[in-house]
Amino acid sequence: MRFQISNFKFQILNLKSQIPRLLLFCTSAALFLCLTAAAFAEETKEPKWPGVDESVVEKYAKEHGREAREPFINTDQGDLLLFVFLLAGTAGGFIAGYYWKELMANRKQQRTNGNI
Amino acid sequence: MKFQISNFKFQIIFLFISSFFLFLVDNAHAMHISEGILPFNWALFWSVIAVPFVAWGLYKLKKLSAIDLSFKPLVGLMAAVVFIISCMPIPVPTAGTCSHPCGTGISGILVGPAISILITAVALLIQALFLAHGGLTTWGADIVSMGVMGSFAGYLTFKALRSIKINLAVSGFMAGLFADWATYFTTSVELASGIKGDSEFMPLFWKILIAFIPTQLPLGILEGAMTAGMVILLYKKRPDLLVKMRVLKAEEAAI
Repeated sequence: MRFQISNFKFQILNLKSQIPRLLLFCTSAALFLCLTAAAFAEETKEPKWPGVDESVVEKYAKEHGREAREPFINTDQGDLLLFVFLLAGTAGGFIAGYYWKELMANRKQQRTNGNI
Repeated sequence: MKFQISNFKFQIIFLFISSFFLFLVDNAHAMHISEGILPFNWALFWSVIAVPFVAWGLYKLKKLSAIDLSFKPLVGLMAAVVFIISCMPIPVPTAGTCSHPCGTGISGILVGPAISILITAVALLIQALFLAHGGLTTWGADIVSMGVMGSFAGYLTFKALRSIKINLAVSGFMAGLFADWATYFTTSVELASGIKGDSEFMPLFWKILIAFIPTQLPLGILEGAMTAGMVILLYKKRPDLLVKMRVLKAEEAAI
């Protein structure tokens, strides 16, 4: 019991060190909430989860006589957009992963060489 | 008790985040002002404003790369992060809409506002060309709102808070938050000025800004948390890099 209380006190005193973990938890919780909300949303005839460009930008532009034009290269056609987003996500993810690894590998190398 | 994420775990998190927006591709639109929304004179005006900032970014990149080659992976990482984050629509249950964070807070902190503007311009160009996201005529306006305002808001907030000894996590959080909000504030200015016609600017501006709030208020908080998380992660993994990028002073980093 004594051990538990002192451990609790220790955690309170070290609350500062818990901030990163708390931030990671908040981010994960927010993403999880968003994902489940999207997955279990009810089917309606009106478009669900419109982007703010539709619900705000294009809505107000239309009210003032301005309408969005078709993009010069229109990939917003059926599953084509799905494909280009898949491609973009994959490429972006690999590039980020590659450079992250390079940054971390440099650190390991510096450690091995005794620079740090 | 130490906060550490292994490379493998980080890659899993990254894969999760980057694959997440694929499920939402039907609504893959957000803050970027779409093609044709702004009249020609306003599109030109914002492009003229954006040009010197992009040129400044190019100059800084060339200068820094010549001094230090190890700078390149960080710029590459930040470019990928800004690109992924800014085309990742996140549903906000409280508003029933989707929007995306910007990523310019973290890039502004780590590589400075000049290079952050440059990588944002590249990300926006790719999105406008191939992802039906934003537009070529509105490219300048999107660079100003997301690149210029987002990067500067993130960078200046972080520097200001660090100068009064606020801890790294809180400074990062506030930088991400203000970078996001500054972007949407500027989008409201650009949109209101571009579409107002004969009507008054201020009422329209407030109307647009208020319409953004239900979505961007929680998303700004999410962006703040993401920014703080990345800063802390780099602090734990590469404090020397943060010192080199002048994010931290040498005595603040446990090298």
